This record gives sequence, structure tokens and C-alpha cells, in this order.
Amino acid sequence: MKNYVGRDIPDALLVNGKEVYQGKNYMDGKYIKKASPCTRRYEKPQESKIVETLADALRLCGAKSGMTFSFHHHLRDGDFVVNMVMKAAIEELGLDNLTIAATSLGAAHDPVAEYITEGKVTGIQTSGIRGRIGEVVSKGLLKTPAIIRSHGGRPRAIEGGEVHIDIAFVAAPTSDCVGNCRGIGGKSNCGSMGYAMTDAKYADHVVVVTDCLVDFPNVPASVEAIDVDAVVIVDSIGNPKKIASAAARISQNPRDLMMAENVAKVIAATPYFKEGFSFQTGVGGPSLAANLFLEKYMDERGIKMGWAIGGICGPMVEMLKKGKVGKVIDVQDFDLDAVNSINQTPNHFEMSASQYANPANKGAFVNKLDFVVLAALEIDTGFNVNVLTGSDGILRGAPGGHPDTAAGSKCCIIVTPLIRGRMATVCEHVVTVTTPGDCVDVLVTDYGIAVNPLRPDLVECLDNAGIPHVSIESLKKKAYSLVGRPDDLQWEDKVVAILEARDGTILDVVRKIKPYTID
Amino acid sequence: MIPRPKPERFRLRRTMIFMSAQKPGLIKDAYIYGVDSIMLDLEDAVAENQKDAARFSLYHALKTIDYGDTEVIVRINGLDTPHWQEDIRVCVAGGADGIRIAKCESAQDVKTVEAAVEAAEKEFGVEAGRTLLMAALESPKGILNAYEICSASDRMFGVAISGGDFRKCMQTKPTPDGIDMLVARGQMIMAARAAGVQCFDTVFTNLDDMAGYEAEVRQNKAMGFDGKSLINPKQIRLVHEIFAPTEKEIMQAEKIVRAYREQSAAGVGVFTVDGKMIDIAFIPGAERTLKLARACGLWEGNLV
Repeated sequence: MKNYVGRDIPDALLVNGKEVYQGKNYMDGKYIKKASPCTRRYEKPQESKIVETLADALRLCGAKSGMTFSFHHHLRDGDFVVNMVMKAAIEELGLDNLTIAATSLGAAHDPVAEYITEGKVTGIQTSGIRGRIGEVVSKGLLKTPAIIRSHGGRPRAIEGGEVHIDIAFVAAPTSDCVGNCRGIGGKSNCGSMGYAMTDAKYADHVVVVTDCLVDFPNVPASVEAIDVDAVVIVDSIGNPKKIASAAARISQNPRDLMMAENVAKVIAATPYFKEGFSFQTGVGGPSLAANLFLEKYMDERGIKMGWAIGGICGPMVEMLKKGKVGKVIDVQDFDLDAVNSINQTPNHFEMSASQYANPANKGAFVNKLDFVVLAALEIDTGFNVNVLTGSDGILRGAPGGHPDTAAGSKCCIIVTPLIRGRMATVCEHVVTVTTPGDCVDVLVTDYGIAVNPLRPDLVECLDNAGIPHVSIESLKKKAYSLVGRPDDLQWEDKVVAILEARDGTILDVVRKIKPYTID
Repeated sequence: MIPRPKPERFRLRRTMIFMSAQKPGLIKDAYIYGVDSIMLDLEDAVAENQKDAARFSLYHALKTIDYGDTEVIVRINGLDTPHWQEDIRVCVAGGADGIRIAKCESAQDVKTVEAAVEAAEKEFGVEAGRTLLMAALESPKGILNAYEICSASDRMFGVAISGGDFRKCMQTKPTPDGIDMLVARGQMIMAARAAGVQCFDTVFTNLDDMAGYEAEVRQNKAMGFDGKSLINPKQIRLVHEIFAPTEKEIMQAEKIVRAYREQSAAGVGVFTVDGKMIDIAFIPGAERTLKLARACGLWEGNLV
């Protein structure tokens, strides 16, 4: 069945009430029955929940084959915890048929690919899927299709019972002996632990894994002892060098700067750019550099930003410290400046993934956003964005908060170079739709700006401000004139991944790619 | 194949950015930054053993990339090298708008290049006289011969001073107030104006010293330069801002041109605008201001 963005969704997937994507806000006003976990009572006073090994913790939590384990990705490419836990479960306890429900998976988790190939891991639910895992899933080696959700879609699915977490593993930079966790104060600091918060509330069992035991009580805690069954102390939960970069630096690349300046110009041309406006940006070159130019326009107009959300890094913390932004609320930190600021700098707060982006709760921050500036691997002439699959059709990306912020914000700006190497970024049809075009408002490229025809009000804003813009069709033509139009990818029928829209409907599927042969 | 329109000898050339012809990533779309002219370099930016590779990519860039309104000039190797003849053939065959003669010291240098360009135009069936020329003055001798160089050919549209080599010859270093090149810049501008061609200042190489750069661009404008050579896209905007006429200047110029047309139609030669005496001598300046304002996108009138 074709969905709202023209993608053919196999009928076999449309069971148990699953629907295809019908356009944004389709689920608005409907009711959701929240799931409740089955948790163990600890009435008898406990001195400590520390157990010797991960295997002991798994046994304590009744780990069995067929279970779903959850993980969060604040340790990013430095994470050791997913691999340690899966090794203990599979190689020490001999479990199989396991599902990993992670907020994101990347190159740090390459060893898991082996467990997929061996059939020990049979389900993957994640926002990001990169590295070896992406490759083996794309090859069709995972027993069930991977389910890809946005950062807001995941807590929605958990709260609504679509994902039931048997054991949640919390990678904690610090914990006390009963499991109060914080993202700072240890040797593998990550700052915000926002993605772990929903997991801990909805899992049957929660295991904290830390490499820095601190005195009780470790407060204010991101994940609280009231939800924790066991604490395991390991030598190291991750590689600090890969958890947070020294400091995200604003690009000096003239192309990035030019695009960033145009992003700021577009923002300043809209009616939402006024005292107290709200903003989110990514950490990619031109997205991050937009901060710099935005500040200039804010100074010129004598206005301040009310609040900023997102993954946060140094330049935004800098603006907070300078008093240019009222509050910063973050779900994840990308560099040490942000890690060292959260809950330390006045008005820099932590939030959960659900509070950040869940479309099914009653007050996610993304729904109050004025502007979001996002990147794209590809964007097509329907303004549909792909941030998941490469030009070869292989899973190598992450929707993250992209679809949530795009849908919630009043003005969603995609900034990307027109071409990358020999690939056209602006194209006829994206490989996979990860953010639907009805949520995307403006595209800024190095070859020109295009406004979504669904937003004639923004067209008028740009015209009034004298900002030249062109049709997205003409940008696509320009891209193809430079690098040529690629042949369509050849797929097999087998679905290797299902891409859920943030509301839980099916936005797209990724099929197995046909092996390439030379005629 | 991208056909380029016939180059205009006199056009807006506020900014002229150097790009090594050896780097496809740079030359493929240098026009996106809004520069007036791109200077594709076959000379110093290209290693001696890569000259042929650079010519090859230059030719294909000229033939396949649509540079739109952006002027495309090529800096060829000096006449004392074995490369310049082949450089010229590539420029003409590819359809470059103009050629920059490196280390030009005499009218003869211009004529030598002109002859080779003419021959190449014939060889490749390019319209005779299409390819423009400009000269880079890089030595005291070049500066002293500026006037004969500027007037050596109808193809000449301008001269530029090249600070690096010139300062080396003069045994000076860049100074904040530009005293090291004051005489050379002054003499070159005077020669260019006398010959009726444009003149361009040298590059500012310290990308981190934006204050020093701004001071130099302001001095360029005050001295009467038409534009500046650049090495990085981030230098473009400041030149365009500083070289643009102010709103007041544009209004004043519009008033003067209008008043002059009305008065001269009524048979009056001298009159006052806002208390200032105006006669025909003021008209070319006012018209130039309006043309520049239009080119800068600041004025949409049709008086000129």
C-alpha cells in the first residue's frame, strides 16, 4: 500500500493496527494506553545492589533467551557497554534470540554484527544504525527486520507498549551503591543521560553499569535508584576520547560558512525571529556555524533567544554564559564544554527523550520549537529527507531527532551542500524517506535556497527580505548536471528494516540490496 | 559544452579570486561565493611538474562548467618560462574570458602575448579579439613602464600590482599603513587612468587579520582602485561592502543626473543641487556611481 510520501509498504507489515504514514499530526487527539512494567519489590532494607559481574546481574534479573535488552548511546562511539553486556549474555549465559533496543548503534558496536550473523541477536530496534551492524542487517542476516525509530518515536513506542524492555542497561559515568546515576563526576563523563530516563522507567529490570562508584547519595540523579535492580562496576564503560570531543569548533570552511550565513538570513527574515525565540541546531559544519551568524542578527535586532534544546555543544553553552540565550535544555552532550556545563551552569538543564521529542505525550519540547536547522544525506524534490541509507542502499545513518524537530518546529531548515563528492544531495527520489517532506520548510544549499511550496508564507518572508530563492527542481537539475543522474538502486523483495514515522505509522522500508554485477 | 558570452572589456571587477587550476574541487564551482572574477592560476600555485595536469583540468573546467556571469581569467606562466605558449593555447581553446600576463615589464611583453593569443584564436576558430588581456606588474620596472603597458593593446582591460614579488624587489615588507607600496600603487593607478583601463590591488595574505585587511581595502577604495585580488572566499564580502556606494551617494547621484538632463534640455549649463554648483564635469562621476550601485544590487533605476 502506498503511503502519504508515495512509498510502497508491504501489506504483510500492516497487521496489529499498524498503518502507513498519512501525513503529519495524523494521530493527534487519539488516546494511547500506557504500558506498565512488572518490577520487583525491594522491601527489605538493602545495603548495596552491587553485584560482581554482568553475568551475575543478568541472572539476578532473570535473563532468558528471547528477551529485549535496552541501551542508550550517550557514550557515542566510545561505548563499551553494549558489547560487554551482549558478550556476557551470549557467551557466559548462553542466551540467544535476543533483541537489542538501543537509542543508537554505531561503529563502536561492530562485534554485535557477529552475534547477528550467528543468529544470537535476532531483533534490532534503534534510531541509528551504522558500521558493521548496518552492513549485516542490509545483507538480510538479521532474522527480523530492524525497526528504526526517531528519538521521539522510541519513547512513544516504549510508553505505548510496542517495545517491552525486559532489562535496561544504563551506562553511568557515576553511580552510588544503589544505582543513583549521574552523567558527570567520573572518568567517562557524558553529561546528559536523557535517553536512558524513559528506558529506566518502563523496563522490568534495570542494571546500572559504571566505572566510577561514588558515595551515596549521588544526587541529583538522572536515573534513580528507585528503578534500579543491580549495579555492576567495570574497569571502563567507554573511551572518553570518543565519548565527547574536546570542543566542537565552528567550521572555517568557506562553503559551510556561506551556507550558515544564509541559514541565519532565512531565520532573521521570518516572523518567528523575535525576543524569546527558540532554536535547535545540529553539530554538523554549516548547522553549527549558523549559531555564529544568528548571534550577529540577534545583536542587530537587540533580541535574545528564549531557549535552545537538542544535543548540545560548546558554542551554545558559550551563548548561554554570555546571556544570549535564556535556558538550555538537553538530552545529550556532544563535547566537553557541554558535558561540564549541564546542571553546573545556571539555566542549563537535562531532559528525557520523551520530554524532548515524544509525539504521543502532552508537552514535548520539539512542539514549542520555532526553528530547527538540520543536515541531510539526501533531499528530494518533494522535500523528503534521507539520513539513514547511503547511496548504495546500505544502512549507515540515524534519523535521531530529525523527524521530531522537523515536525514540531514552526520553521525547519535543511542545510546541505548540493553535491558531496560524486553524489547529488538534492535528487529526484531519496533512497529512504526518514523525514517526510510535509515537515520540511526551507532548503539551504551552496547553490541556492529553495522553499517548500507548502509554505507560501515563508516564500513571502524571503521575498520581502530580498533573499533570492529558486525551485528545488532547479537545484536537482543543477546537481545532476554536475555529477550525473545515478541509476536506480536494484532491490530484492526482502525487507531488512522498517522505518517508523514518529507517530508509529510506517514511513518507509529498506529492502535487501541486489548484489552489484558488472554487465 | 558551455558557450560563454563574449567578454566585456569593461565590467564590474571588484573582486578577483585566485584558485589553483590544479585543484578541481576549488575550480568546479568557485562562482558560488558571488565573486566578480575568478582567476584560475597556472603559475605559482601549480608545481613545476604538474603544469600539464593543471592545463588539462583547466581546459575541461572551461568547457564543462557553467560559470554564469562570473568572469573567468587565467593567470599564465611568465614569458621567461617554457610554459606560456601552451598556457595561451589552452586558455583560448577553452574559451577563457581573459589572460593575466604574469611579471609584465614592458609593452613588448603585452604585444608578445597578444600575438600568441591572435594565433591561437585563429588556430581554434575563436572570434578574433575575443580574449581579453590584463597585466600583473610585479617589479619596479613594470611599475615604471605602467603607462606603456596599459596602452599596449586594445585587448587590455586592466593592470594589477603583485605585492609579493614587488616588495621582494624593493626589499620591503607589508606595513599597516601601506607606505611600502604607496608610490607603486599611486603610479600604477595614475597610468591606468591615463590609459583608460582598470586597476586592481594585490592580495592580503593574513587571513586572520581581518582588521588589517579592512584597513587595506578602505585605502584601496580611497586611492581609486577598481577592485582587489583575493585568496579566500571569506574576503569577498568586505570588498563588496566597502566598494559599494552609500545610500546617500546614490540619492545624490540620481538627483544630479536628473537635474542635469532637465536643465540642459532647458538650455542651462550650470545650476545648483542642494546648494552645490553642478555642471557637466560632475555627470560622468554621478553616472558611474549609479552604474556601480546597480551592479551591487543597490539601485534599480534606469537613468543610466
